Amino acid sequence: MVQKIIMEIKEINSSIDYATLLGSCPLPITNYKEVTLAHGSGGKLTHRLIEQMILPQFKNEFLSPLHDGALLNINNTKLAFSTDSYVVNPIFFPGGNIGELAVNGTVNDLSMCGAKPMYLSAGFIIEEGFAMEDFWRVILSMQNAAKKACVLFVTGDTKVVDRGKGDQIYINTSGIGIIPDDVNIKTANVKAGDKIIINGTIADHGIAIMSVRENLEFETEIRSDTAALNGLVETILNASKDVHMLRDATRGGVTSVMTEIAESAKLGVYLEETKIPIREEVKGACEILGLDPLYVANEGKMIVIVPPGICDTVLQAMQSHPLGKNAAVIGEVVNQHAGMVMMKTAIGGSRVVDMLSGEQLPRIC
Amino acid sequence: MKYLDEYRDEELAQKLIKEIARIVTKPWVIMEVCGGQTHSIVKYGLDRMLPPEIELVHGPGCPVCVTSLEMIDKAHAIASREDVIFCSFGDMLRVPGSHSDLLVLKSRGADIRVVYSPIDCLKIAKANPGKKVVFFAIGFETTAPANAMSVWLAKQQGITNFSVLVSHVLVPPAMAAILQSPQNRVQAFLGPGHVCTVMGYNEYFPLASTFKVPIVITGFEPMDLLHGVLMTVKQLEEGRAEVENQYSRVVNEAGNRTAMDLVYKVFEVSDRKWRGIGSIPQSGYKLKSEFKDYDAELIFNVDKIDTQESSVCISGLVLQGVKKPQQCSAFGKQCTPEHPLGATMVSGEGACAAYYTYGRFLEKIEMAVPE
Repeated sequence: MVQKIIMEIKEINSSIDYATLLGSCPLPITNYKEVTLAHGSGGKLTHRLIEQMILPQFKNEFLSPLHDGALLNINNTKLAFSTDSYVVNPIFFPGGNIGELAVNGTVNDLSMCGAKPMYLSAGFIIEEGFAMEDFWRVILSMQNAAKKACVLFVTGDTKVVDRGKGDQIYINTSGIGIIPDDVNIKTANVKAGDKIIINGTIADHGIAIMSVRENLEFETEIRSDTAALNGLVETILNASKDVHMLRDATRGGVTSVMTEIAESAKLGVYLEETKIPIREEVKGACEILGLDPLYVANEGKMIVIVPPGICDTVLQAMQSHPLGKNAAVIGEVVNQHAGMVMMKTAIGGSRVVDMLSGEQLPRIC
Repeated sequence: MKYLDEYRDEELAQKLIKEIARIVTKPWVIMEVCGGQTHSIVKYGLDRMLPPEIELVHGPGCPVCVTSLEMIDKAHAIASREDVIFCSFGDMLRVPGSHSDLLVLKSRGADIRVVYSPIDCLKIAKANPGKKVVFFAIGFETTAPANAMSVWLAKQQGITNFSVLVSHVLVPPAMAAILQSPQNRVQAFLGPGHVCTVMGYNEYFPLASTFKVPIVITGFEPMDLLHGVLMTVKQLEEGRAEVENQYSRVVNEAGNRTAMDLVYKVFEVSDRKWRGIGSIPQSGYKLKSEFKDYDAELIFNVDKIDTQESSVCISGLVLQGVKKPQQCSAFGKQCTPEHPLGATMVSGEGACAAYYTYGRFLEKIEMAVPE
């Protein structure tokens, strides 16, 4: 088995002609000479950075589907493998902190592959001068989050950089999960007529962060929705194994996920604005800040795509779980406008919902 | 959400649209002045719900779009200095100058910060006494009071390391310029709701009577806009040319006196160059001489600026309502929000960016509506 996998890796690596890649095109042509913050927004520039600079150089069958994690098969065991880095500022925010986020994020990426998350790694890049007390708080909340999500940290690394060379602390987590034999979650399953379900209110995380960053005070505190979704995924898969697709709507919000699915499934997505759950206070904050909640980040929200026949069953199962009690059907997959997301607006008009190129910039007035 | 959902109601929208369709008898071209209105119209797909007789064209009221290239290049020159912390409203960051934009300068090490209020710059100035904090004071009459307040407070508090790069513009002179243009197609205006919240609408009476155009001061929610269109069409059909106030829950005729007094203490009316349109006499604000110590243009002496505007961009014609974004040969091709050639492609309030973001290409894409 080991030999077979090694041979496969050798074969894939030798099929990439590095000499040609490096020789003919030393640097892929982009419009930017430097990486800008917009490249990290989860929008079009992020995708372009990945597609132009990274993917062609590492092309292989495991990477190409661009799911939340890679699907591997070792000794007839289906595995999901995923990684994510956390650079949030501020590191402590209403509803959570960077440590909790780092555990839940990777747990969720694995869960979206239909996997049961098992083992995680943690890499810490710490800035010189970072308060030991704060580090302790981060570690304790990681411990707590891991316990809740029922995963183990099995390996890790710490590095310290000069003061000013990092922003307090950055965390990377990677994880491995096992996919049950009868679970098969992938974009290729998505079909016209499928229903699109979300597990609750959108934009809570992004607005919680923003309200701290901008010192905005609201009557009720807006809290991040950070949560491990593996329990909810288990509930969903217990209700039906026929779920077509799962994706967590993190950076870039619901829009980025829906656009990615429409593009890779080569089908259209129809959404209804009034069906998308959003808290009153979050909606108000978005109005004040001039932001569209469809683009704002979530850390505990997922899109579930199911064939119409099981929609009610899955929806009810989701609503019975604490992390899905506000679950709602928000749209449908359609044959028309392939690769594009369209939305029926609140007043009955229509518009395209497209990924932004970079960060959502607050408007002047 | 209360006071918001009521203005985004499908049933009410249908009623207003039916009423507009009932009274309209011939084609009319109506300009919404504000970028915020343009954004709302395209975001909710409002223009496509109106009867075909009514064409909405998009006006010059997008502050970052009309800020002149010279001013943006000056801002870039100042922001690039090591001794400067440059503060700006968010949507100015990606506006292309002749050579770069603020986001790229930031990635090269310039200290550029987004602020929601210019008053925040004073805190930054106090916290960084060794730096010169510069705020890019742009916008229409809407942002003028807060911008004036920052300068006023800086003087009161004796803050000496704060200055403003002023590029303020005024709505009424721009409307007059559009109406006087030989290419003008505009027959009526949805007037600028936020601008009139500050200024009132006295200034608009001479415009309506001189040019015989109806002007309806209008808000920004879908119901406001539909109601504004209805009031405008009614005037047009009845042959009236009056100033009316649709946005009466916010705007009154006299405006906000306190805000206006502050503006006139700090600023005075001056000629101003508009990007894509050119120089319009008496169409902007500049700092009064007693505040010259806060004038970034004088402090940094950045006069020799060599500007280079894209040769294909037609944003000037778009801003005057003469052309629609898709009529530009670069729209959606060389010019996209990732690589904008002109400012109308950058700000959410710019007509080109709104058209691109919400999928307005030459061919209309029909939305599939599942049963």
